[in-house]
Amino acid sequence: MSNSTPANPASVANSINRTKDATAAVSSVVEASNPVQGPNTIVAPTQMTGSQAIVRSLEELGVKDVFGLPGGAILPTYDPLMDSTKINHVLVRHEQGAGHAAQGFAMASGEVGVCIATSGPGATNLVTALADANMDSVPMVAITGQVHSAFIGSDAFQEADIVGITMPITKHAFLVTKAEDIPKTLASAFYLAQTGRPGPVLVDITKDAQQADMTFSWPPKVELPGYRVVTRGHNKQLREAAKLIAGATRPVLYVGGGVIKANAHEELKEFAEFINAPVVTTLTARGAFPDSHVQHVGMPGMHGAVSAVTALQQSDLLITLGARFDDRVTGVLSSFAPNAKVIHADIDPAEISKNRVADVPIVGSLDEIIPQLQEACATRFENEPQADLTGWWGLLNRLRETYPIGYTQTQDGLSAPQNVIQRIGELTGPDGVYVAGVGQHQMWAAQFVKYERPRSWLNSAGLGTMGFSVPAAMGAKVAQPERVVWAIDGDGCFQMTNQELATCVINKIPIKVAIINNSSLGMVRQWQTLFYDGRYSNTDLNTGHGTARIPDFVKLADAYGCVGLRCERDEDIDATIKQALEINDRPVVIDFVVSADSMVWPMVPSGVSNDQIQIAKGMTPEWEEED
Amino acid sequence: MAKHTLSVLVEDVPGVLTRVASLFARRAFNIHSLAVGPTEIDGISRMTVVVDAEGDSLEQVTKQLNKLINVIKIVELLPETSVQRDHIMVKVRADAATRLQVTQAAELFRASVIDVSTDSLVVEATGNAAKIEALLAILEPFGIREIVQSGTLAVGRGAKSMSDRALKSLSA
Repeated sequence: MSNSTPANPASVANSINRTKDATAAVSSVVEASNPVQGPNTIVAPTQMTGSQAIVRSLEELGVKDVFGLPGGAILPTYDPLMDSTKINHVLVRHEQGAGHAAQGFAMASGEVGVCIATSGPGATNLVTALADANMDSVPMVAITGQVHSAFIGSDAFQEADIVGITMPITKHAFLVTKAEDIPKTLASAFYLAQTGRPGPVLVDITKDAQQADMTFSWPPKVELPGYRVVTRGHNKQLREAAKLIAGATRPVLYVGGGVIKANAHEELKEFAEFINAPVVTTLTARGAFPDSHVQHVGMPGMHGAVSAVTALQQSDLLITLGARFDDRVTGVLSSFAPNAKVIHADIDPAEISKNRVADVPIVGSLDEIIPQLQEACATRFENEPQADLTGWWGLLNRLRETYPIGYTQTQDGLSAPQNVIQRIGELTGPDGVYVAGVGQHQMWAAQFVKYERPRSWLNSAGLGTMGFSVPAAMGAKVAQPERVVWAIDGDGCFQMTNQELATCVINKIPIKVAIINNSSLGMVRQWQTLFYDGRYSNTDLNTGHGTARIPDFVKLADAYGCVGLRCERDEDIDATIKQALEINDRPVVIDFVVSADSMVWPMVPSGVSNDQIQIAKGMTPEWEEED
Repeated sequence: MAKHTLSVLVEDVPGVLTRVASLFARRAFNIHSLAVGPTEIDGISRMTVVVDAEGDSLEQVTKQLNKLINVIKIVELLPETSVQRDHIMVKVRADAATRLQVTQAAELFRASVIDVSTDSLVVEATGNAAKIEALLAILEPFGIREIVQSGTLAVGRGAKSMSDRALKSLSA
C-alpha cells in the first residue's frame, strides 16, 4: 500500500462486507463506518522512524495511558515515548502487572487497554494476562519488541517466538518486520481488539523495524479481508424467539458478560421489564442488571444463589444474552436446564450451540439485538398475549426468601470474611469499582457486594488468574481516577503481584487493597475440607492470626509507602474501612484477619448436576413445597 | 465418523498454516488430510482439509476456522457435487522377474512408472481414495518400500468459482 494515498474507509468497509459466508443465520453485515479508531486526524506524509511511528500511531488512535516495562528490543520505542505529551506511560514492576493493568483499564472504561514489553521474557510475562483477556473477551493491545529480523530463528539473546506462543490465546497476533507496516498494523490491532467479540491482540515489532526510517501518514488503510462483524439480528430468528417468549411459562434471562461488552445494560433493563422475566447475572455479568431490581434472582453457577440456579434448572426457556454456557454455570451439561428451550444471542457465532444446542440462534451485537427482540415480542404479544408468569414468580420468590445468600458465624473467634466484604460494599456504595483476585474472596465479593452498574465488578472469570486483583485495580484506577477502586484480594493472590503497589505509590494511583487474610489458599483448602477429609496439603500460607506472619502485610505496605492497616476484630471493621475511604493521596492496604474455616456456600460440587446444589455441607434445599 | 472435505481460502501470510493446524489440535478435531497451495489470486492460498467430524462438531470446526482473522472463506465440498483426488507415489520392489507384472498392474490403474532401478520401480497414481486403496492392495504382494501421498485435493463441479467473490472483494 502507498502511504501517500489517503485511505478510503468506505471501500475498506465494503470489501469486508462481502467476504466469508456466515454459517449461522445472518440478515445483514454491518461494518463500522471507519475501522480506524480514534479521532481520525488527517496526517500528511511525514518522515520518521518506526519507533516514532509506534508512538504517533498510538496517539492518533486516541491512547492516553499505557502500561509497560522497557528492555533491549523495545528500547528504540521508549525514546520517543519519553517525549510524548499525549501518552502517560505507567512503569510497572513486572510485565504481568502491565497486562492485568491494561485489562483493568479496559474493563473499567470499555476502551482498549495497552501494554508494552520487550522481547523474550518481557513478552512471555504477558502471556497470563493475554490468556486471561482472551477468556473474558477483554479488548487489549500488547506491543512487544522483537529481536532484529536478521536474528529471528537463531536463538538470539532474549528471543522468543511470542507470536507463535500467543496464537492460541489471542484474538490475533501480528509480527511486524517493516517500519512502513507499523501504522496499519496498529490500527488493525485496535480495530480487532475493540470490535466483534472483543479480545487481546499482540503486535510484535522487530528492533530493525523500530529503527528504520519510514513515511508516516494517517489514517492508514486497514485491510482485513477475512474479518467481518455481524451486528443486527436476523428477523426470522427474532420472530421465532418472540414466539417462544410469548408461550414460555418459566422463562429466564440468562445474562452474560457480553451485555456489558456491548454496553447493552439499559436495553436489557427495558426488555426485562417488558417481558417480566427473572434475570440471572453470571460472574462476568454482575452489574449488567441492578442487584436491587425486583426481577434479579441472583448469580447462577457453582457458587450461585439457590434462586438463580433453580431458575435455570427449572426453566422452560433460557433467553441467553452474551453468555456461553460455561461449565461453572451449567454443572454437568447433560442435566443442565433439562426442560428448557434455548434462545442464544451472541456476537460470536462459534459460541452458539458450542456447549448447549440453541433452538433459536441469533448472531449480532446485543445493543441491537435486545431492542429488536423487544420489538418482535411487542408485535407477537398483540396477537398472542404472553403466558402468565405468576406461578413461576411464586416459586422463585419463595426460594429467594427461603435461601438468601448468607453465612454462618465463625467458631474460632475470628471475623467472618463475608461480613468484611459486605461492609466494604455497603460503606463504599455502588459507585465504587471492585476488583477481585481468584478464590473464596472472589466468590464472596461476587455474592456480598451489591452491584448496580456495569463495569463496577472486575475479575478473572474464565482463566481464574490468581494475582489479577492488584494490577487490574491499578489499571481501573488509572481509567477512572474519580472512583474509589477496591482490590478485594486473598492472602495467596496478593503475594503473586503485590509489587505493583510500588507502581501505584510512585505514580500516585491510590487504590485500596483489602486482603481477606485467612492465612491459606482458601478455595483449595475448602475443597480439601469437603473432598479430601480435611487433609490440608500445601495450603497453609502462615500469614494470619497465630502464625509467623510471613510476610507481615502491614509492614510490607509500609515498606512500599502505602498506608498499612490491620483489622482483627468485628468491632473494628467499619472504622477501618472508613479510615481507608478517607485516605486518597496514596494506596491503602488493609490486612483483614479472618477465619480460615469459612466456606463459600451455596455450592454445586464439581461433576454433579445443578440439582445437587448444597446450601451448607450435605444440605440440599427443598425444591417444591406445597405447590 | 464420516469424513468431510472443507475448502478454505486463506490469506497467504506467514503462520497461516500453523494457525489452521493448531486450531484443529487445540479444539480436539481430527484432521484426516491437509493440502495447501497457491490459487489463481495473488496473496490467497487454498487449503483442502479432510476432517473426521459430524453434525454439531463439523459446524463448530467451521465456526472456529471462520474466527481466524486470516481465513477468508470456507466451503464444504460434498462428494456428489465435487471432484476429489489424491496423489500417491509408491516405491515397489521389482526385479527382472517381477517388473513386467508390476508395470502391468500399474497400467490397469492408469498409473505411470516414473523411476526405474534394477530392483525397484516408482509408481505414480492419481485418483479418489478408493482407487488408491485398490492400487496399493495390488502392489502390496510385490513388496512396498515407500509410500508418499498428498492430501486430498477437491474442487466443485461446474462453472462456479469459490474464489470469485473473494477476488471481487479484495480488488474493490
